[in-house]
Parts: sequence; C-alpha cells; structure tokens
Amino acid sequence: MAVYKRTYRRYDGQLTAQWSRFLVLTRYSLSTLFDSRPFTAFVVLSAIPLLLSAVIVYLSHSAAARALLQLNDAGRALVEIDPRFFRQVLMNQGLFAFLLTAWAGPGLIAPDLANQALPLYLSRPFSRTEYVLGKMGVLFLLLSAITWLPVLLLFALQSGLAEAGWFAENYWLMGSIFFAGVLWIVVVALVSLAISAWVRWRIVASVFLFGIFFVAAAFAEMINGILSTTRGHLLNIAHLIFGVIWPSLFRLGQEVAAANPHARHRHIPAAAAPLLPQPIPLWEAWVVVLVVCSLCLVLLNRRLRAREVVRG
Amino acid sequence: MLPIIEFDGLTVSLGGREILHGLSGALNGKAIGLLGPNGAGKSTFINTLLGFHKPSKGTVRVHGRDVCSDAMAVRRMIGYMPENEAFIAGMSGVRFVRYMAELAGLPPDEALERAHEAFFYVGLGEARYRKLGTYSLGMKQLAKLAQAIAHGPNLLLLDEPTNGLDPPARLRMLQLIREIRDTPGMNLVLSSHLLHDVEECCDEVLILNEGRIAALCNLEEERKANRKFLELETTGDENAFAEAAEGMGCECALFSRGRMKIVLPNEIELRQIYKLAAEKGVQIRRMNHRRDSLEDIFLRAMEEPAQASAAQVGAQNGCL
Repeated sequence: MAVYKRTYRRYDGQLTAQWSRFLVLTRYSLSTLFDSRPFTAFVVLSAIPLLLSAVIVYLSHSAAARALLQLNDAGRALVEIDPRFFRQVLMNQGLFAFLLTAWAGPGLIAPDLANQALPLYLSRPFSRTEYVLGKMGVLFLLLSAITWLPVLLLFALQSGLAEAGWFAENYWLMGSIFFAGVLWIVVVALVSLAISAWVRWRIVASVFLFGIFFVAAAFAEMINGILSTTRGHLLNIAHLIFGVIWPSLFRLGQEVAAANPHARHRHIPAAAAPLLPQPIPLWEAWVVVLVVCSLCLVLLNRRLRAREVVRG
Repeated sequence: MLPIIEFDGLTVSLGGREILHGLSGALNGKAIGLLGPNGAGKSTFINTLLGFHKPSKGTVRVHGRDVCSDAMAVRRMIGYMPENEAFIAGMSGVRFVRYMAELAGLPPDEALERAHEAFFYVGLGEARYRKLGTYSLGMKQLAKLAQAIAHGPNLLLLDEPTNGLDPPARLRMLQLIREIRDTPGMNLVLSSHLLHDVEECCDEVLILNEGRIAALCNLEEERKANRKFLELETTGDENAFAEAAEGMGCECALFSRGRMKIVLPNEIELRQIYKLAAEKGVQIRRMNHRRDSLEDIFLRAMEEPAQASAAQVGAQNGCL
C-alpha cells in the first residue's frame, strides 16, 4: 500500500494538450453511462438490426446460403442492395440513435446544473465551448457507433461481395452515409443538450424530447390536413431530415417526387397542378435545421454560465 | 515583484446594477482575507478574478495577467473552492477529484495519484471511495478543498471554507489553510464573514462595504503598530491615578463608576501600572489587556463612510 506524505505540494509536471481537455469530460460521461447495465444492453440491442442487414447483404450474394435456407432466386430480388437499402438501414439506426439520446442526453447537463458543478468546470482552464463539445462528444461517439460507422462497414461488406464495378458506381454513398448520419446526430444531440440544460428532471426532459419530435410531427400533419399544404412539415424536424435532406444526399430523386403532392394527385388535371401544395424545397429544410441548431446553441449559451445573474 | 492581485478602477455591473464601484489597489499578502457584510461584493470580486463576471470598467490582474484577456492562463494558476455545495453527481470522492485534476490538465495517472494524496491530506483518506452524495456537510467541504488543491495551483481562492462546519472540523480546516499558506510560492484568498477565521489565517485583509473598499491593510504590520489598550475597573482615587499615568506618557480616558481606558506606550510595562496603582491607593478590580483586533479594524471600517478614493490611497499606506 502506498504511503502518502501529508503535505501540500504544487504540481509542476507535464500537462495534457489544451485541445484534448474536452475529451476528459466525454470519457468520464461515457464511463458513467456504461456503468448502467440496461443502457449497455440497449446499445447492444441496437446492433441487432445491423447484423440482420449484414445477413441480408450476404444472402443476396451467396446462392449457396440462399439454397441452404431454401430461398429461391426471387428472394434475392426482394431486397436490392442499393442506395435506398443503405438509407433505410441508416434510418432504422437513426431511430435507435434517437432512443439512446432520449436515454442518455437529459442526464448530461441537468445534474451539473442541479449540483452547481459549472463553477467547478469553468474555474479551470476549460471554456464553456469545451464543456458543450465534451458533452456533445458523448452523444456523437455513442450514436456514431450505432449509425454511420456500422453502415459504412455494411457498405464495405457489400463492396467486397458485389461484382466488380459496383464500388466504382456507388463510392459516393460513403460520403452520403457519413453526412446523413452526422446531420441526424448533431441535430438530436443539440436538441437533447438544450433540453437537458433547461429541464432539471431527467424524465421530464426525455418526454420533452419525444414531444419535440413526435408531437410536432402530429401537429405538422394536422396543419397540412387542415390547410391543404405541406408547409406544416417545417415543424417536423424528422421529416425534414429523413424525407427531404436524406433523399437528396442519397440521390433518391424518385423519392423526392413521391413526396411531391402532385404525384399523389395524378387524377387532377395538369391545368390544376399549380393549385396543389408545393413540396418543401431542399433549401427550406436546410434553413429550418440550421435555425433549430442555432436556437439550441443560443439556449445552451444562455444557460451554461458559472454564475447566474438575476436581473432587476 | 508583481502583486498577487492588482485591480485598477474595477467596476462590475450585474443585472443592470453596479456591484463593485471602481476598486483600485494591490494585494501582496501570502494569505489575503476578504471581509465584508452580506452583499458587500466579496463573491462578485472572487467571481471576477475567476473570469465569471467581466468588469464593465477597469482591470484586474492575477500575477500580472489580465483576467479577461488571459483568462485561461489565470485559471491555470488558480484553485477554487466555491461557497455553495458543488459536486458531480454519482461519483466517488477520489474519482471526482481525479476528474477535476484531469480537467485542469493533469495526465490521468498523475491526476489519480494526486487525488489520493489530496484526500489523505485533507483527512478523508478512508472515505475516498464513498459516493459524494453520502458525505456529511463537513466532508463535502473537505472534498471541495481537495479538488481545489489536487492540481497544485499557486493561488487558492477559498469562498467561506468553514461554512457549516462543527468546531473540530472548523479547526481542522483552518489548520489546513495555514499549512497550505505556509507552502513556498503559495498564496491564498480567503473570503469569509467570520473575522476570527481571517485573523487566524491571513496577513493582509481587504474589507469591502457596499462594493467599495472600506479597508485594505497588512494585518502583521497593523498588529505591530497597534498600541496596547488597558480597560480597567478601579476603586479609589482614579483621578490621581489617571494623572500619574499621564505623567508616565500614557493616554487615559475616564468613565463612570471607576472605569477607565489607558493606552500604553510601547516602553511602559504592565508591572509599572500595578506599582502606580499601589502608590496611589487605587484598587484594580478588573483589567482587560488587549491589542487592536481585526474586529476593531472591521467595525471602524464599517462605521466610516466607504470612500473609495481615500481607501485606495490608504491601500498603499496601511489601514484606514
């Protein structure tokens, strides 16, 4: 057992690099999260759809495996491994990412505020930006591990099994998978951190997060139904990302067309087409997403202060 | 040599209200006491040193570095023990202190070693693996001190460190503060409303009142310079006794019922007063022998209208 000399001594050894300090916060928060067994189990569970997707990719390329499972060649055609497949897998994982965020996000900032820990962080050579980056890092690493990273591995598997030329035709998908995944992660992480900073109780914060995504979606549909418009979707962040931005990232032009109300109203004469509600343009979706992210940053900036100043 | 803390025209406004009004001065003590009644601006002053509040006018420097433009370098030198209960939820004591040390820039292994050391040093060695939430108030105060010193700062800011401590814990805390103060190259600022704590630990004191400097003095010099007072209760001819005492160079003030106050010059010993009383047939019923304490300084500072400009001049010359 070590024997410690009970005197105060100053530290004059090596210091870690300033740029890497926020990772300390990320590391400790991740370690605290994984202390919970149900949380670890949920992370493992979220990998199951990916395994199933990997099996599908393998089956689509292995006639022997299909024969063994008594799947005929028609089975192969059921699932075509194309950009749509990867987008669907990423979307499924996006749902898991959202659930994980609802679990982990609210507990990231609220306890620090409740226990008045911010002065402890900010009295060190550690800025508010680094604090937010550290907390974002927790969600970014966690959600990356179940979204774009494994989907990229799936892409690598498909590239390895597919005939020559498939990779050359689809290499751009790597960028799409990465950007689509990161976009979703950044949005849900920022929204959940902003909620965590303003809502003290964890469960209420989780409910709030669900509300922002699901209640807003219902509200958006209501507006669309009543006003015969598509502008209601501007309130539905998930729709804007999954339904407008991702199809463009995955070059799914026909999907965009399907989202176009003209496509759903083929019986209406062409002359009446201008009267139909227009689909949400891509730029509007991006603007809304950027506004949401900026609003979250403003909320974090207002809340994350070492000392609260009471006005008046 | 650079002052530890230097402030020039420091004005801080919060929520549209001016809290600190153009403070100017320099603090050079090894242990600096920050005194003042509630709302005097002590915590605002400490928060400004930490860069939590930006001065609306003026500058503050710590070891010659501006707290606004060079905030990170200043914080690198500082260890801060906040007044309120502040900790990270769900962590054991040693993990908490290690975490804080790592955030201050120590590598993980060094941080762990120093966290253990800090816990043993503050006397919580046996409780270091317990969750912080299970600590008593006194233990939490000590854990806060441990996190403030684990990364080995050279300026320690202690905001009401003895708050809520029972007498033994308070004595232990004061002893630790004195030990840390005596470490070479170490300075500390102790904010407290307990005069005794400041008197025990500090050699310089800054007294704030309504956001202005009420007094800034070196306690050591003040103690040396202060004259000795005698408070006496006598029976007999006190007038003759007072006259004789004045003849010896003392200053006397007579009150009713034989009470008197004598200011002794340095060369007069108590023995001579007893002798004089015997000669004059005066019986001394009660004697209180004391020097000017911090309490006197504090009360005097509170009575006098806080005049910033006079105080700032006085800052260079001793107590006001």
